[in-house]
Amino acid sequence: MVQKLEMLQETPSQTAGPYVHIGLMPSYTGNGQIFAQELGESPIADGAQGEIIEITGSIYDGTGWAMRDALIESWQPDAQGRFAGQDGADPNLSGFCRFAADAESGEFTLRTVKPGPVALRDGRVQAPHISLWIVARGINLGLQTRIYFEDEDNSADPLLARIEQRPRVETLIAKKTGAGQYRFDIRLQGDGETVFLDI
Amino acid sequence: MLDDGPLIPRNLALHPAPYDPGYKTTLARSPALPLLSMDSSASEETGPRFGHGSLGALDNNLILNWTRGKSPAIGERIVMHGRVLDERGRGVPHTLVEVWQANAGGRYRHKKDGYLAPLDPNFGGAGRTITDEAGRYQFLTIRPGAYPWPNRGNDWRPMHIHVSVFGHSFGQRLITQMYFEGDPLIPLCPIAATIKDRAQLDRLVAPLDMANSKPLDYLAYKFDIVLRGRRQSMFENKPEGM
Repeated sequence: MVQKLEMLQETPSQTAGPYVHIGLMPSYTGNGQIFAQELGESPIADGAQGEIIEITGSIYDGTGWAMRDALIESWQPDAQGRFAGQDGADPNLSGFCRFAADAESGEFTLRTVKPGPVALRDGRVQAPHISLWIVARGINLGLQTRIYFEDEDNSADPLLARIEQRPRVETLIAKKTGAGQYRFDIRLQGDGETVFLDI
Repeated sequence: MLDDGPLIPRNLALHPAPYDPGYKTTLARSPALPLLSMDSSASEETGPRFGHGSLGALDNNLILNWTRGKSPAIGERIVMHGRVLDERGRGVPHTLVEVWQANAGGRYRHKKDGYLAPLDPNFGGAGRTITDEAGRYQFLTIRPGAYPWPNRGNDWRPMHIHVSVFGHSFGQRLITQMYFEGDPLIPLCPIAATIKDRAQLDRLVAPLDMANSKPLDYLAYKFDIVLRGRRQSMFENKPEGM
């Protein structure tokens, strides 16, 4: 016998299921009356500093079908790389947003400010990115990934540098489609499968 | 600045695998390539905070919140309560817990649910609350009904309540489901069975908690939730002089 480690184990995940919107985005399914204020409607308030951008995309399953029932959460720092609650952070940025694939088209849009770079503990700097967490029916554990930007210098980003198959780096980089406009598609499986994270 | 250390890496062995043949939808929705593992950074160690100011007084009362207190929902009255803890056994205070569920007949108030059981005009099926100083939370609700779903020939979901928890870090984000002690449908459910270790599945089954039940009012079920913890911060690899 050995001494006991006084540790608990994380609670196992279960799928969010097809009706996740009821709980997290009630107005999406016509249930807006239940709460006075829905959480995560926008990551920014009027007056947020930095460049306002819009990221549009779809989440494709392994058959190439754009999923209609996925729900996404995003988390990001302000334009200077400071997260809400940190000293000097932009008071008009919560950094948190909930959005869903459109029930008809399967397309989502995130309107936010472009984030600033964030340093690691060892001083290396991560290129600007937005963290994503994706849940849906058929996803047993929420999928983590990141959005980087094609018009930023991503060459020294420590996470992107760890991707062995270099063409897969592109799956994490939003493509610029116009002024302040980006496209970011997510592929759960098959050709161009997005790099998902265990982080 | 105080450094709590990176998040403890997830033990993926205790979670369901992405692809499980018994749960057909996972086939086309499961990544086939390995996840990219890395130490957490501020992007995962920080996370949204929600204050009591964002919540309404009835938000954790699913019996009354849909009608704003006018008319109670139909069903067996229960209290679901417990603590949110981290892997070190510490309560996680002031964190958001959200729940959603079917009504007493097994029907969700969602445009995609067309089950035969009727909607309850007095039940919305969602609630939310913020844990107290010790990480405790509670909801007053009704026991959700079991219901059939299209998967294999005759699959049924056991009674369950969906639970979404934040913790203090975006990397702690977790959604799971609470099942009810004694439900004979649990061992038959392909979604419950995505968890292969029965001891891990048992951690999602809430026991009947008579000590916290209220005579002539409601039964109680206890459901504790454990989120990822933080690695201890000594000997972290920092540049000299920092």
